Amino acid sequence: MARKDFLDIVSLDREEIIHLLDQAKPFKDLFTRSVKKVPALNGKTVLMLFYEPSTRTLSSFEVAAKRLSADVTIFDVPHSSVTKGESVRDTIDTLQAMRADYIVVRHRLSGQPAAIARQTGASVINAGDGAHAHPTQALLDAFTLREVHPELPGKKVLIMGDILHSRVARSTSTILDKLGVEVAYCGPGSLVPHTRFKRFTNFDEAMRWGPDAVYLLRVQKERQEAPFYPSDREYHSVFGVTQERLKRISEEGIYVMHPGPINRGVELCDDVLDYERCLIPQQVENGIAARMSVLYGLKPQTS
Amino acid sequence: MSLALDPQAISTAVSRLADSIFEASADGNIDLVGIRSRGDEVAERVFCLLKEKGANVRLGVLDISLYRDDFEHLHENPKLQSSEIDFPVDNSHIILVDDVLFTGRTIRAALDALFDYGRPGSVQLAVLIDRGHRELPVAPNYVGKILETNRLDHVLVRLKNTDGEDALEITSKK
Repeated sequence: MARKDFLDIVSLDREEIIHLLDQAKPFKDLFTRSVKKVPALNGKTVLMLFYEPSTRTLSSFEVAAKRLSADVTIFDVPHSSVTKGESVRDTIDTLQAMRADYIVVRHRLSGQPAAIARQTGASVINAGDGAHAHPTQALLDAFTLREVHPELPGKKVLIMGDILHSRVARSTSTILDKLGVEVAYCGPGSLVPHTRFKRFTNFDEAMRWGPDAVYLLRVQKERQEAPFYPSDREYHSVFGVTQERLKRISEEGIYVMHPGPINRGVELCDDVLDYERCLIPQQVENGIAARMSVLYGLKPQTS
Repeated sequence: MSLALDPQAISTAVSRLADSIFEASADGNIDLVGIRSRGDEVAERVFCLLKEKGANVRLGVLDISLYRDDFEHLHENPKLQSSEIDFPVDNSHIILVDDVLFTGRTIRAALDALFDYGRPGSVQLAVLIDRGHRELPVAPNYVGKILETNRLDHVLVRLKNTDGEDALEITSKK
């Protein structure tokens, strides 16, 4: 029986992950046709409920839902009654009355999408909750990595940057781990928690580990009350992909990934974006296919 | 359960299909598009027979899962696979190929899917088995074998490459 909700990677087993990844491929194939949409979710309503600002995830979900022929409504939280003090629970009751079949939620509180999922028969998709999870990002990352490394088990991915505040790091390392990829973290000591994954606080040391891909994270200034490192320039020179480091990455044929939005001059220099093994544009395109695969795979209990 | 067609009978039906398509072709240019799953294997076999006859054949595959009209009623979504049509659909004369023609709903979905690839000059339909009981105005141009069945019978075709053997079984609902 198919799932109602898509809330995190932890609760998925390997078979489900592989199925979602395999299924994303035929969706990606649609993008090169002149007609990019299919009627699979014709007549269904997808509601976007974003309590936190987002451009790329929101538009990626919107494009994904529209390419499945669903109707998309964006619930404009900053201009809604939420600012007048309406609780999430009451907002969901209102949205229930609109008979949405799918609700895509982003919230600054970990666990809020799961709470909404218990309240509604609509399928709830977590588009990022606090520092907890960002499962569709993880899915698109795994899909992108699998395109360049079809045999994932045994491959090594180094996740660099602000691990502590990153739901992307959490979800993406979980999915890669489930797929047999070795994961290691690298970043300033203040931003890299001790986990079961290998931990580096020095870029050169991490490079000696021999990663197949380096996954850069955005430094999340908005989640840090007091700075965890002295300055952007300092961060760049110690943990950013500078021209020198790019040279080494390029010589060793390592792929570079980033969930976006990027901070030029902090986690990476401009030249990274022209690097032939930079997968950032593919990640954006694959995000739509991965989200179509998720939407298509869920079963709302609305009728 | 009864075995309605043995491997020999299936081969004969495939040959009959290829022969009638070849005879009807004016210039020997034939574009086949098989419908997953099993329609693609029928199309592939017809493709090989037509090649032997010297026809200029092209072969494509269509996955119609995203175009089905019973999406909501399925417990598990059908397993998606890619469609592969490597030749331009615009203005081409396409023969859709399927294993069993029953209600006609698959063909409706296949036409919708095909038209998202372009605007064919014409579309014809070739089926290995026509078992009757149409629910939509769909008629085949080429038929390998006509089978008399009851509306509630379950007709199961198995083909060598997809299922390991050639056979056709009919299960009657009591």
